[in-house]
Amino acid sequence: MTTQDLQKALNKNIRDYGMFIALFVIMTIFTIATNGLFLSSRNIADLMNQTGYIAVLAVGMTLVIVIRHIDLSVGFLAGFLGAVAAIGLSVLHWSILIVVPAVLLLGILAGLLTALPVAKLGIPSFVASLAGWLIYRGFLLLSTTSTGTINISDPAFVALGNGSIPDFFPDDSPFLPGLHKVTLLLGVLAVIWFIISDLRSRKQKKSYQFDVIPTDMLVLKLVLISAAIGFITWKLAGYNGMGWTVVVMLVVVGIYDWVSRQTILGRHIYAVGGNPEAAELSGISVSNITLLVFGSMGLLSALAGILFSSRLQSAGPTGGTLFELDAIAAAYIGGVSAAGGVGKITGSMVGALVYMSLRNGMNLMGVDESLQYVVRGAVLALAVIFDVATRRVKR
Amino acid sequence: MSPHILEMRSISKTFPGVKALDNVSFQVAEGEIHCLVGENGAGKSTLMKVLSGVHSHGTYTGDILFRGEVQSFRGISDSEHAGIAIIYQELALFPELSVYENILMGQEITHGLGVTVDWNETVKKATEMLKRVGLKVNPEALIKDLGIGQQQLVEIAKALCKNVKLLILDEPTAALNEDDAENLLLLIKDLQKNGITSVLISHRLKEVIEIADTVTVLRDGKTICTLDARKGQVSESVLIKNMVGREIHKIYPARGNCVTDEVVLDVRNWNAYSPKLGRAVLKDIQFNLHKGEIIGFAGLMGSGRTELAKSLFGNPDGYELRGEMTFHQQKKRFKHPGEAIQAGLAYASEDRKGNGLILIQDIKSNITLANLEKVSNRGILDANREVKEANDYKNALKIKTPSVEQTVVNLSGGNQQKVSIAKWLFVEPKILILDEPSRGIDVGAKYEIYTIMNRLVEQGMSIIMISSELPEVLGMSDRIYVVSAGRIAGELSREEADQEKIMHLATS
Repeated sequence: MTTQDLQKALNKNIRDYGMFIALFVIMTIFTIATNGLFLSSRNIADLMNQTGYIAVLAVGMTLVIVIRHIDLSVGFLAGFLGAVAAIGLSVLHWSILIVVPAVLLLGILAGLLTALPVAKLGIPSFVASLAGWLIYRGFLLLSTTSTGTINISDPAFVALGNGSIPDFFPDDSPFLPGLHKVTLLLGVLAVIWFIISDLRSRKQKKSYQFDVIPTDMLVLKLVLISAAIGFITWKLAGYNGMGWTVVVMLVVVGIYDWVSRQTILGRHIYAVGGNPEAAELSGISVSNITLLVFGSMGLLSALAGILFSSRLQSAGPTGGTLFELDAIAAAYIGGVSAAGGVGKITGSMVGALVYMSLRNGMNLMGVDESLQYVVRGAVLALAVIFDVATRRVKR
Repeated sequence: MSPHILEMRSISKTFPGVKALDNVSFQVAEGEIHCLVGENGAGKSTLMKVLSGVHSHGTYTGDILFRGEVQSFRGISDSEHAGIAIIYQELALFPELSVYENILMGQEITHGLGVTVDWNETVKKATEMLKRVGLKVNPEALIKDLGIGQQQLVEIAKALCKNVKLLILDEPTAALNEDDAENLLLLIKDLQKNGITSVLISHRLKEVIEIADTVTVLRDGKTICTLDARKGQVSESVLIKNMVGREIHKIYPARGNCVTDEVVLDVRNWNAYSPKLGRAVLKDIQFNLHKGEIIGFAGLMGSGRTELAKSLFGNPDGYELRGEMTFHQQKKRFKHPGEAIQAGLAYASEDRKGNGLILIQDIKSNITLANLEKVSNRGILDANREVKEANDYKNALKIKTPSVEQTVVNLSGGNQQKVSIAKWLFVEPKILILDEPSRGIDVGAKYEIYTIMNRLVEQGMSIIMISSELPEVLGMSDRIYVVSAGRIAGELSREEADQEKIMHLATS
């Protein structure tokens, strides 16, 4: 395979793999700049846990942007619901089994509330969710100012943001000492599953005589991605194993990805985003889909609030600040399109990882927070420009 | 200097696949009122766009002579500069601004340095213009608070302000009531006395006969004839004959008689009021459809046929409806397109790119969208079944594509239309409404679509075909309803219908 072929194939698939390349580049830069500290097990574990709540928000935001809307209220909603959870656990001493479902339910209701004027009256979602931003900020302050920061000590709740999945193999066994075996096992299974499903979809595409990437590129792709999965898993295994946050993130991404690609509901959502008028004339209720997507966003905001406050083991008056922008940035880096109807859930997860890697790396390097904002903004702009530019070339 | 203020010579303009203007010649004498008539698609708007510079010099062949000089307009400002003003049916006013701001838009009178606007002088000039058109409104009134007739006069005032020599009006009375229309025509005659030449594009033949000094008829992009009213050459029958009088060269596939006596759709006293537009859209519509029949809905664009179809298909535009619809012997009114689809009614829209297809998605997704249950198990898609079904329809309709995973936007117009039809066949309807099924499609694909339609009715489906193409309506329909301005103007059987009768009813 010549370099020309490589270039041609890259150009064709650059859209799909662009963010992986960006992730690789970013991680390399930071590894060099921090003398390897960036890639230490502890840091990778931290990074994955930090990404959790943003990834969850980004997944929900993806669908919102797909149906041509935006939700600016998710940040303070998450912060407020985190505070509600804290109050439920630490002040009212309710069981976690009551608090968590209640908070999730509140999230759904909040999402539906934002969506009602949008779906039924045609109010721009920008305005409706901006109102939410203000209102939830108010609620957050109301619930935390008098008490100050509320500490959470419920062990189950705290484990969500800080703990890891249990390891069934003793830690001091002679086989792979010091490594979390269950995590490694999961990593191996993930690699196998990934290779099989990719080969299967390739076979299907071939049978319909659709273009597939050449075999040597395929091998390269499989090797690289397997290596990436393996690498991350190995790093996680080196420090306490896979965190519960990672599990939650993967479950959310898994469910949403499956729904968006494999179900009638998913098709309806992407149809509404692709052409709302055509969707309506095809028998789809745009109004119901809108309510559903915002309700889901509310649910995921609640989940993000739980993960975040669990990680900090507290909820304070500034919880959730700017989460919405982080989520939107992650979604755009992950390939969602402002025009609607386009955006992969898995892409948003990678986008969240890219975004948080930037933050994590810059923190390690001791970069001033003000400069960090500039860099994050620049990366977001580049991501969107890249998205629009490559969209044109492909056709 | 020639007595013609405007001479357009041998104008030809081609769009991809379509020759919109074919060697058209058009002369307007100075100071006359000249009407331009023709069917939808005859080329009138395109010709005026060439004249006004919207289709700039270089994108057409032929010459434009205005006041004896050859012109090469590159845009509207060039033609306006020369003294040509064109007023469209969709007025170009700013609703939130005042009358005087609109009249002097772009030509505000400024103080010495040209930076600040002298509003006093501006209002004064605007008031002058309002007097000239006979519009008695406060110049400070906002456009949105004026009636459409008044707004039109503001547009004309705007044109007068630009020292127009040749005024072109595209369907000026289409949206006006009788009084306003009468006033407008009087104004045009008045302006004529002041030396302004006017060209009117109009479908209202009675008005054309009343006001025109000369009438030019276009058909299929060609000049057919120019008639001198002063010599008594203009009459409604002559106009209609020339507008439609073409040989029907196209052959339509033969169809056995499959019309049964069973009435599958009966609509009575059907009225629709649009709150958004603030007016009635459909008035006392009455028609029926038999099993195995193809009925054609003919009429001019904007006559209300699409609105009728949509109002029956779940009323997505939210009209207030009155009247009865009996669908397969059951009184019904569908509140949402989904209900209609479930009951067995399908509607393939006229605007496939705008609201018919999802262009960024692939063929198979578009075909299955309205009936995903057919390729799913309890809400979960069966990808293999979807591909198989899509391929079946692709073959049945002869959609030219290497794969059903091809994105729809890349298909030709004809193939896109076939995807749209496939989508609605996929819901297995009993009644199919096709809105402009052959718009923008080449001859070969058209024939294939007609063949498909015949097959469907032979198998027991009933079809409503909305079409602005007269030969198509005549070639394919068992019965024809002619719609005009939201009403059924008449019903014709296959045997008695011809192009002139239809056009006569359509313009009534």
